[in-house]
Amino acid sequence: MSDTVHTNTGFFRAISSQSAGVSLELDHVTKHYPGQPAPAVEDFSMSIEPGELIMFVGPSGCGKTTTMKMVNRLIEPTGGSIRIDGKDVLSLNPNELRRHVGYVIQQIGLFPHRTIAENIATVPKMLGWKKERIAERVDELLRTVQLDPAAFANRYPRQLSGGQQQRAGVARALAADPPVMLMDEPFGATDPITRERLQAEFLRLQAEIGKTIIFVTHDFDEAIRMGDRIAVLSDRSRIEQFDTPANILAAPANEYVSSFIGQGAALKRLALMPIAEAKLGPAAGAEGPKISIGDNLRDALDLLVLSGAPRVLVTDADDRTIGTLDQAGISSVLGATVPVVGAPAVTP
Amino acid sequence: MTATIALPSVQSIRARERTLKVMRLVAPPIIVVLAVALLFWWISTLPLDSIEQRTLNPTYITARIREHLILTFVASLLVAVLAIPAGILVYRARSAWVRGFFLTLGNIGQSTPAVGVVILLAIVWQTGFATALVALVAYSFLPVLRNTMVGLEQVGDDVKEAARGMGMTRNQVLTRIELPLAVPTILAGLRTALVFAVGTATVATFINAGGLGDMIVNGLKLQRYPVLLTGAVLVAAIAVLIDWLAGIVEDFVRPKGL
Repeated sequence: MSDTVHTNTGFFRAISSQSAGVSLELDHVTKHYPGQPAPAVEDFSMSIEPGELIMFVGPSGCGKTTTMKMVNRLIEPTGGSIRIDGKDVLSLNPNELRRHVGYVIQQIGLFPHRTIAENIATVPKMLGWKKERIAERVDELLRTVQLDPAAFANRYPRQLSGGQQQRAGVARALAADPPVMLMDEPFGATDPITRERLQAEFLRLQAEIGKTIIFVTHDFDEAIRMGDRIAVLSDRSRIEQFDTPANILAAPANEYVSSFIGQGAALKRLALMPIAEAKLGPAAGAEGPKISIGDNLRDALDLLVLSGAPRVLVTDADDRTIGTLDQAGISSVLGATVPVVGAPAVTP
Repeated sequence: MTATIALPSVQSIRARERTLKVMRLVAPPIIVVLAVALLFWWISTLPLDSIEQRTLNPTYITARIREHLILTFVASLLVAVLAIPAGILVYRARSAWVRGFFLTLGNIGQSTPAVGVVILLAIVWQTGFATALVALVAYSFLPVLRNTMVGLEQVGDDVKEAARGMGMTRNQVLTRIELPLAVPTILAGLRTALVFAVGTATVATFINAGGLGDMIVNGLKLQRYPVLLTGAVLVAAIAVLIDWLAGIVEDFVRPKGL
């Protein structure tokens, strides 16, 4: 055992230095609990690029959390292999592995008897970091998740609101700068307003840190909002469709995926598209309400409906009108051909 | 017409909580001192005969209190040393059989009348301090064992999962997370055991192991009620004081943040 740990120190150091994200491959992964007729996860294969935020979305009990937990071996697979940066996780010491994989759960699980600073310091301490380095890191992380260190570092978890606790949970998972993060419905227990704010904050954070992330949710709208790519899962963690949000909305693979998207797929798609994607009409002499080119097509449609005007004026950053947009213009974007599957789209 | 419902303000609730806390801190010693003072004043007004004089004097009483306290504390210490690790082992074993075995063992110890245990042990083994100690340990074992198990079991699954997910080994989860979080419950068990032990130590007198039980039994046998009453009041006073002290210790040792 100690031999394995020793030889892997190099690997962990290597992936830690690539804290911006590494590749993650799941290859024919299966989990079959003894005594159960059907496997919980059956033959799951997926290849994740460095720095991608992958959403697992599916109904409860479909095996999405089980699949995720096999990556840090909280659940041991019974078949297949999982590779982080090319290295099979089954060859690593599970505790050592988990210290290098960030983990956030819905119930947060902050240690109630430890201050926020102590909570965040948990993994760095286990990794043997020096005191000053830990203190610096805790300070930096608290600021990253927008908790004022002076006010929060020495508080206990129960003195924080739900949203603040969730931020502290994310900070704790990021503490040792792990290249891979696993997030199990991290914002599921917060109220809608807090959730939206946490989602936006997290996207901003991810744009900076670029971790490779598996994010489990049962909320399709959250998946659209957050994911670079979404895997829609059904029973036994079967992948029904694995693609960018825009492509899934534009061309659901089957009935199951459509039912998951639910009502208003077109509106959801429009929300993902900046106005710049539409072909604008001539600006000369047109009248109407104004909208910024930086907004999305759904905002434009919203304004059209609300104002009753035949067209809206699209303005650039300096508030100059650069074109007009009417309903036909918006519709034609939706009718446009679906972009090619492949390179992960970057969510705005 | 407006109907207003008067809700107690946060401040008034806080104030009441504080008053209760101060009361809990101050009341027991005051009551004990008053009761003992009253008792001694009453005795000092009585004409004592030679039998009473032999027991109702400082030397005799201090010696009995000393025996009683030694018995209580040694027994409680042994219980702490034995029952807490046993509780941890049973919790870790997670086997219904092991769990059942230990709980049954503890239950037997507690449901048997203390007098019976003491006398049976004396018959099959010997009389004296050691026997009384064994009986007391058997008697106080269960609350500590049970509270250790319950305290560990009630640690939230979310907290345990987060700890495992961050790469703590099972032993690290136990020592850094589960045990600290179980401390309040374990301490409550120890406190119960201590108070149990004070009361139960009175039966040590039947096997010649001393303690304040001597005064109670002698007072009864010889119909010297001042002696009986002194023994009884002192046992009660010690029980209240120990409970009070344990409560204070609990407040200090309990992890912050809970």
